[in-house]
Amino acid sequence: MKNVLYVRKEMLAEQSPPLSSIGVIGWAKKNLFNGWLNSILTLISLFLIYSILSNLIPWLLSPTWQASSLNECREINNAIKGGGGACWGVITERWPQFIFGFYTRDQIWRPVLVFVFLLITIAPILIDRLPRKLLLLLVIFPFVAVWLLWGGSIWPQFCSFLGLLLGYCTWRSLKTGVNRGIKASQLSLLSRHPFIPVLITIVVPILWWLFLAPLVSEFLRDIFPLAIQELPSRNFGGLLLSLTIGVTAIFFSLPIGILLALGRQSNLLIVKVLCVWFIEFIRGVPLITLLFVASTLLNIFMPPGTNFDIILRVIIMVTLFSAAYLAEVVRGGLAGLDSGQYEGANALGFSYWKAQRLIIMPQALKISIPGIVSTFIGIFKDTTLVSVIGLMDPIGLTGAIRADMAWNGVYWEINLFIALLFFVFCFSMSRYSMYLEQKLQKKN
Amino acid sequence: MVISANGKKARAEMLALNDYAIEISDMNKWFGTFHVLRDINLNVKSGERIVVAGPSGSGKSTLIRCVNRLEEHQSGQIVVDGTELTSDLKNIDKVRSEVGMVFQHFNLFPHLTILENCTLAPIWVRKTPQKEANEIAMSFLEKVKIPEQAAKYPGQLSGGQQQRVAIARSLCMMPRIMLFDEPTSALDPEMIKEVLDTMIELADDGMTMIVVSHEMGFARQVADRVIFMDDGQIVEENEPEEFFNNPQSERTKLFLSQILGH
Repeated sequence: MKNVLYVRKEMLAEQSPPLSSIGVIGWAKKNLFNGWLNSILTLISLFLIYSILSNLIPWLLSPTWQASSLNECREINNAIKGGGGACWGVITERWPQFIFGFYTRDQIWRPVLVFVFLLITIAPILIDRLPRKLLLLLVIFPFVAVWLLWGGSIWPQFCSFLGLLLGYCTWRSLKTGVNRGIKASQLSLLSRHPFIPVLITIVVPILWWLFLAPLVSEFLRDIFPLAIQELPSRNFGGLLLSLTIGVTAIFFSLPIGILLALGRQSNLLIVKVLCVWFIEFIRGVPLITLLFVASTLLNIFMPPGTNFDIILRVIIMVTLFSAAYLAEVVRGGLAGLDSGQYEGANALGFSYWKAQRLIIMPQALKISIPGIVSTFIGIFKDTTLVSVIGLMDPIGLTGAIRADMAWNGVYWEINLFIALLFFVFCFSMSRYSMYLEQKLQKKN
Repeated sequence: MVISANGKKARAEMLALNDYAIEISDMNKWFGTFHVLRDINLNVKSGERIVVAGPSGSGKSTLIRCVNRLEEHQSGQIVVDGTELTSDLKNIDKVRSEVGMVFQHFNLFPHLTILENCTLAPIWVRKTPQKEANEIAMSFLEKVKIPEQAAKYPGQLSGGQQQRVAIARSLCMMPRIMLFDEPTSALDPEMIKEVLDTMIELADDGMTMIVVSHEMGFARQVADRVIFMDDGQIVEENEPEEFFNNPQSERTKLFLSQILGH
């Protein structure tokens, strides 16, 4: 037999690691002081953090929440220490305006109600466990929100909603009609091309909205006047305005963006060219110019006397802007898909739209989540640009507040407060997208 | 399945009927200016199993992809089960619902479970009720011997298992014809057999099959006819024994010596 070089006779018992490699000391050694360069960098960073915080914290903690003017703040701060504290009185006094704009106190329940309703509406999107049926709220929400925010008679909104319902019913009846095989002689046009029912479904509600809806709502208003106080668009301001524009733009820009992305890949030359031009034009132009178009130029093109709400105009521009960016993000997602997915879907007999809806988009959108949410966050922050065309979003309000003699000269506190407001929303969106990514990652 | 002729005799009778599942005549196809398929004439009877062989780039895959219009041909005629393939979407949908296809890279839908992969098309294309679709899917998953994987996602399965799922997914649409585009080329060697066994079983059930493959053992065992393609043309067409033992054209001889020579 061959000689064995080494054989272990006894197994070694497990030992605990040396103290310097575990616990606080171990962690600090590994993460903060590993090597001389890192140690120096750590010390410098600590010094910087200390010097910033030692100045910032006393400034933040200044007890001026009850002050009613900048001068009063200065007196309070001077009494404590040699001046230089924040002046929080302006926030105490003006925060309702930052949030609700120029709604009077007795009307504030309306935006609050809309916000609560918004949370309920998006709950089934955010939380899987809730029943899918709740998603139907998405259809009702816009109409209720518009009625609550702008007020007036309920009937115009109700009739707009009826138009949507009408479109849905048209679609259903055409579908079942074709499926039941209404004879080709009766509906030859319908059965020949799948696009025809789509066209009819779009045209019917538009005809309703243009011609019948105003008459019907007038009629209903006369026999059953159900109305709340009307509030004009100039009452909108503060975070309410930002959220109105931001949420609406986000809500509508995703579907439009998806359609643009698909159009850009289309085999139909005209569709493709139109989509490419639209996307490239919108992306090539600053949002501010689009907003100026919305506020001034658009009126020139409209027939005289038409009253096209300024907020609506801005929402349309911001939506288109966001849609063009989303189209490119979604296109990136589509490019990330293997062409085998299209072939697999085709070979199984899926039509283009069914394949998109069931197979392609669920995967493409999943890939694009970080980009989509970045665009959403960007567009929500960009709503502050509307201050340039004179709308009173939080940034626009800062000017108005400084015009008040009592607060002339307050800068930091207001902007910090606005930053905090936006941070709450943007940070939640960002966290949600990370959660969503992780959840979808787990699945496969 | 429409046809379930188990015995050899029944099969012979069926083939004698001259009931053509696929008729391709004078078909040509170009990619840009490149003439990929030249003057293809091929008739496939119901229940017939055909293996298409040939060097890469010879147009084998393109040929079977024309049969369910994943590729469009530019001239000639393709008639599948009595329906001619033209740009008419209705005909294409009809043919695709009769023809199942299995791909080299499986092309399963990674965001859906195995069961959902199998039920998606029956539910949305065939309008089968969900419960019935689930039952059909489970029966085919049992047939390919992986019912226990139904709740998993494709990414959690081995290549061989994924390919068997892909076969089951196609079968759930109850096709009359199955196309296989190099179904074992992307698999590790030890997984090839399980997929081939599934295909042999399918052949025994009387399915009409066109298989693009380099698996010559499979061709010998299962094929009624072997078709050899080169440069976009059908070079030789024969029964498997004759094809392998007594190849006629020089190109076929060269090809066979290259793939059987080691």
